[in-house]
Amino acid sequence: MSAAGPGVTTGFPEAGPPRFGSIAEVRTGLAGIDYLADEGIAGVVYLADRLAKPVLVEGPAGTGKTELAKSVARLTGSRLIRLQCYEGLDESKALYEWNYKKQLLRIQAEGGRQWQDLEEDIFSEAFLLPRPLLEAIRSPDPVVLLIDEVDRVELETEALLLEILSEYQVSIPELGTVRATQIPLVFLTSNNTRELSEALKRRCLYLHLDYPDVERERAIVLARVPGIGPDLADQIARIVRSIRSLELKKSPSVSETLDWARTLVVLGVESIDADIARDTLHILLKYRTDIERAAKELADGGTGT
Amino acid sequence: MAPGPDGADPAAGPGVAGEASEGSAMLAVLGRFIGELRAAGIPVSMTEHLDAVEVLRHVPLEDRPALKSALGAALVKSSSHWRAYETAFEVYFALRGDRYGIDGEPEGEPGRDDEAGGGAAGVGDGGRTGRGRGSGGGGGQGMTAEELAAMLLSALTSGDDSMMAAVARQAVARYAGMEPGRPVGGTYYLYRTLRNLDLDAVLEQLVAGRRSGGGDGSGGGDGSGGGDVEPPGQLTPLEDRLLRDEFRARIERLRRQIEDEIRRRLVADRGSEALAKSVRKPLPEDIDVMHATRDELVALRRALQPLSRKLAVRLARKRRHGRRGPLDFRSTVRHSLSTGGVPVEPRFRYPRPAKPEIVVIADISGSVASFARFTLHLVHAISSQFSKVRSFVFIDGIDEVTRFFEHAEDPADAVHRINTEADVVWVDGHSDYGHALTVFLERWGDELTPRTSVLLLGDARNNYHASQAWVVGELARRSRHVYWLNPEPRAYWNSGDSIVGEYGAHCEDVVECRTLRQLERFVGELA
Repeated sequence: MSAAGPGVTTGFPEAGPPRFGSIAEVRTGLAGIDYLADEGIAGVVYLADRLAKPVLVEGPAGTGKTELAKSVARLTGSRLIRLQCYEGLDESKALYEWNYKKQLLRIQAEGGRQWQDLEEDIFSEAFLLPRPLLEAIRSPDPVVLLIDEVDRVELETEALLLEILSEYQVSIPELGTVRATQIPLVFLTSNNTRELSEALKRRCLYLHLDYPDVERERAIVLARVPGIGPDLADQIARIVRSIRSLELKKSPSVSETLDWARTLVVLGVESIDADIARDTLHILLKYRTDIERAAKELADGGTGT
Repeated sequence: MAPGPDGADPAAGPGVAGEASEGSAMLAVLGRFIGELRAAGIPVSMTEHLDAVEVLRHVPLEDRPALKSALGAALVKSSSHWRAYETAFEVYFALRGDRYGIDGEPEGEPGRDDEAGGGAAGVGDGGRTGRGRGSGGGGGQGMTAEELAAMLLSALTSGDDSMMAAVARQAVARYAGMEPGRPVGGTYYLYRTLRNLDLDAVLEQLVAGRRSGGGDGSGGGDGSGGGDVEPPGQLTPLEDRLLRDEFRARIERLRRQIEDEIRRRLVADRGSEALAKSVRKPLPEDIDVMHATRDELVALRRALQPLSRKLAVRLARKRRHGRRGPLDFRSTVRHSLSTGGVPVEPRFRYPRPAKPEIVVIADISGSVASFARFTLHLVHAISSQFSKVRSFVFIDGIDEVTRFFEHAEDPADAVHRINTEADVVWVDGHSDYGHALTVFLERWGDELTPRTSVLLLGDARNNYHASQAWVVGELARRSRHVYWLNPEPRAYWNSGDSIVGEYGAHCEDVVECRTLRQLERFVGELA
């Protein structure tokens, strides 16, 4: 087609040099910027790079799904481009849009010209407004693309993503096919409010981010909360584990654990006893019944269960 | 499939590439493994198979945990399938792991009788871990029950993984009493081992040991015990609780290791293919509710909540987007003014969703109780999709339980209260559909309207009481729909004292509802 912009090339985009040497390297790298990945997480990130496949990250809210994408961007020194999904998201918000006003001005300014020249002119890159997806694959620099909460778009809109996820290209009828100059690392997150389509899942690697185990949670608290002692962090991690083992409406997430830890540090707490726990539980839990149940369970030592 | 990053190939998996025969053997194992996943109900497409092959090129095969999560990422796209995947993985890739590791073992070939026979295998394994806990390797052969118990206790106190593995091996060798060649899945072996170890008592012992404050030097040693060192003597309830949970978690870890150990031996005995069939676990949504084990019921309860949430979202969306309302004439004319009176764009009213009223009448006698609970839970969890939900439960008497759900934030609470508070026994506490339905018609029959859908839940096993099937006919006359949900397989209907046919004659449909999947489909179509 006419305007061979920086993004228009032929063939499947060349895979760049691998970003990571080994799984362990991913893990230590992420730990270096305070994202404590376990073996599984690091493995999937490593594979995503090697296989040039997007990663679908699912799991309860507040377990660091979005944070993972951000951290990988930081680690690889890439630009993070984020597409926040919502109901009613469409092509013009996700992929690209023609700049109608500019096109109109152009037509008015060139009253006398042949329509054919004009048409070729106004459907060129100068009149294109790239939206996140197009921007991500046109970018000459390395990019991490985060498609956040993909379960919020309707099933039909998901189809918009398929081309870019499997071929790393976008087809624009008037302009041709724009292929990626480099393969971005793509992360899709989902809160699992609905079943995603098979077509989408098939194109992705799948990572389920669950609540971390005690050791990892303690390490996360230590890394993320300034001024906290190892004893307190340990106690926090263990109390949170006990609370998660109860049947609650909403278990405390990692981010809520961190909030709680920060609060305790601000309050100058050295070691948690039942009273302090009860008074600050509302930071961890957001439902009244949950708070009551947890307070009761923590106070009576759990011999009953 | 995308052509892989070829530039990266030489760097991939040191020591893995290059050995062609090994590679193709691995591919064959992978192929059979994927066959097993499909048989277990996990949908694995061709693309995903190719991805898995690609994964093998990039992940070192020696690293089993990494391989497991990497293959999982390529093959399993739903967290509820993970357990089934895990089981299959352990079976198919244990074999290989053993062959690699078995070199150092005295027995050489995994002699079947040795393997199952006990003691000897223990020695070999102890050596194989290489970390050789003195007690694990050396004392393997003739460990007495007391020595094993002591070792168990110290392994759990320290929480050391390799030591726990040694205990698991010893315990299985000693207590499981495995017999070669039997086509079993190992549940019974597990049960036998656990019963002999008596982990509940061990838990008490551990807690007591720590509580007395005496021998908790080991606690400080494990590094994680940093938080609970100080309090000597008396522990506060909170600390006590944390301690307990810590030990519970360790015991759970030990239990898993024992399970692994049994499975490992079974694989060595019978080969992975045969075993895979015996240990195949149904996906949560395919578990037969009526015959679920306790573990499966827990899995079901876990699966129910996301399921009902998804169902609610789906129904709400369907309602919003599915239909247009009738033409809004007034609005169409008003908007036509801007186009010179030509109604270019017709306007429609907002659709008024006709939400059905639901009446659930459920048998909660022993045999079908869990099914009734799941259905009540599900229906109430999505009650916003109905204009009204009323629930009744019966055995031979009948009681309304809607009130429990109205004030409960969590349907699970309400279901729990039904079990304890509902007044459902009239004479002897054996199901009597005829009496229960008659009472329903007398007391609440007038409240049925042409907008009501009635769901009758139960296996219709009436203990040879009078069926009073005409009552169902009367219900059908007064309401819009009457459905019967039967948790029994269709083949059992109308056998023995089941009289579902008599009732079914008056119902719009009789639906077999044995699994969550079937239940979800039915409720989804209802709303």
